[in-house]
Amino acid sequence: MTILHVDNVRKTYGGNSYALDGVSFSVEKGEFVAIIGPSGAGKSTLLRCVNRLIFVTSGEVSVNGIAVTGLSNPSLRRLRRTIGMIFQHYNLVNRLTVLENVLHGRLGYKSTIAGTCGFYTASEKNRAYEILHAVGLHEHIYKRCDQLSGGQKQRVGIARALIQDPTLMLCDEPIASLDPSAAKIVMDTLRDINTRLGITVVANLHQVHVARDYATRIIGVNNGRVIYDGLPKDLTIDIIQKIYGSEAHDLILADGDTHGTH
Amino acid sequence: MGLKHTTSFSQMVTHMARIDFFVRQRIVAFVVFVILCGLVYVSIVVTEYDVAKGFTSIPKAVRWSTENFYPDAASFKKINKIATRLSDTIITAVTATTCASLLAFFFAIIAATSTRPHWLFSLVSRAIASLFRNVDVSAWALILLFSFGQSTFTGYLALFFVTFGFMVRVLIETIDQVSGDSIEALRATGAGAGAVITQSVIPACLPQIVSWTLFMIETNIRSATLVGILTGTGIGYLFDIYYKSLNYHAASLVIVAIVLAVLAVEALSNTVRRMML
Ligand SMILES: Nc1ncnc2c1ncn2[C@@H]1O[C@H](COP(=O)(O)OP(=O)(O)OP(=O)(O)O)[C@@H](O)[C@H]1O
Ligand SMILES: [Mg+2]
Repeated sequence: MTILHVDNVRKTYGGNSYALDGVSFSVEKGEFVAIIGPSGAGKSTLLRCVNRLIFVTSGEVSVNGIAVTGLSNPSLRRLRRTIGMIFQHYNLVNRLTVLENVLHGRLGYKSTIAGTCGFYTASEKNRAYEILHAVGLHEHIYKRCDQLSGGQKQRVGIARALIQDPTLMLCDEPIASLDPSAAKIVMDTLRDINTRLGITVVANLHQVHVARDYATRIIGVNNGRVIYDGLPKDLTIDIIQKIYGSEAHDLILADGDTHGTH
Repeated sequence: MGLKHTTSFSQMVTHMARIDFFVRQRIVAFVVFVILCGLVYVSIVVTEYDVAKGFTSIPKAVRWSTENFYPDAASFKKINKIATRLSDTIITAVTATTCASLLAFFFAIIAATSTRPHWLFSLVSRAIASLFRNVDVSAWALILLFSFGQSTFTGYLALFFVTFGFMVRVLIETIDQVSGDSIEALRATGAGAGAVITQSVIPACLPQIVSWTLFMIETNIRSATLVGILTGTGIGYLFDIYYKSLNYHAASLVIVAIVLAVLAVEALSNTVRRMML
């Protein structure tokens, strides 16, 4: 079953350069797709076009068979609540507690009044406790988020996305601000979500070796175009060089030390 | 070899562009300085201001103040009257500030980049705020005197307008800086506009909102005194009466009372700030 279909998407922020320049691909249910590419390649833009945080300039994006460009506001909200999203900078409300931040994931299901007043049902709160247990944050439920470490904050972000009961999870550089051990916990959590809950994951990643280790498929983007779309094992050094251009040299050196894939 | 040549050439070009940039900055700074000096000179000539006399009269002013401008025993009989007037002024300043801040929050929401419904709202809201902000509080008081006469309401409105203009500006920046990221996250969950504001913008910005409101209350107590002189209300009016009737001792007591009140409010608001953060 196709979860996500991106069809010839172009995006320009004004001016005549394209952040996305004719991107097409489909993602099937259960896949773990890593999108890699150099800084400024258009990865964040691409992800935000999926849930229409950014409007595409032309082309079409469909999620679960629903085209996102023409959606009315209520339908867009209904679609968005089935798509979880986590961010490089976590995007939590730092002054609120972990529990409150997780419950924000339910706002897409609420009427205007219930949402504005922040009313949550008992079963929603119970769900939040369960999920926080599952991501290993049960000791921090009532802590304010500004007292957490980066890795813990990102797991709050994941919990907030999970409570939405998403079918698709978008991750914009989820580990770019984390140290290796925290990054591993976050990536393992994402893999767990993917394999055990069957949630499709599309993640922008900066590190090629992380993409290789976790993804079932890799899409390489450069300058708004898809350069590579295939299995991690078929990603050769030549292709990495094409995807990353001048940045490739450092990457291959750093990568080759630990993995030695040639 | 050829490749190396091109890189070093392009490096040289960027290097030169950079030097050019700093040189231009320095030239701009110099020109501004010259213009400022010119302006000072022109204004001295136009106002026939005697620079030397300006400085020599300072000791004279100090001497006059120490001889006449202090509260004496008789002036303390007026302390009750002063206290009532002062509390009037403080209440006016506090209500004007809080009401203006509340209205400013709505204008800031529709103007901030991360929350505005459309950029046109932003334009209109910013324009209105800028109009209210850029007319001085005493000018507002004089303008409003025509319509509302000498009353507390005139003073209240003058303070309200200026505070409103200032707070819109400050809150727009706060909303974009502090809550931009979490607004994006809540949008992505499918949250409605109301929920985004109450669950993300307000909790994230609350310390700044409170802090700026308190700051404006402090400022407005000072301004209210001045406005009171113009509108004939509050502590400002009392000062005016004493001063014009040459009762300098009582007038100085008024000043002391105002300073004490401002210090007290400042201490109070600092405590509140510390508790919030
Ligand atoms: N709001 C914006 N306004 C104008 N240009 C933008 C905006 N956002 C992104 N761009 C441009 O679009 C291009 C793609 O940006 P994008 O953020 O999608 O890249 P990215 O692959 O996520 O990079 P990074 O790895 O650094 O996050 C860049 O050239 C960037 O300068
Ligand atoms: Mg990015």
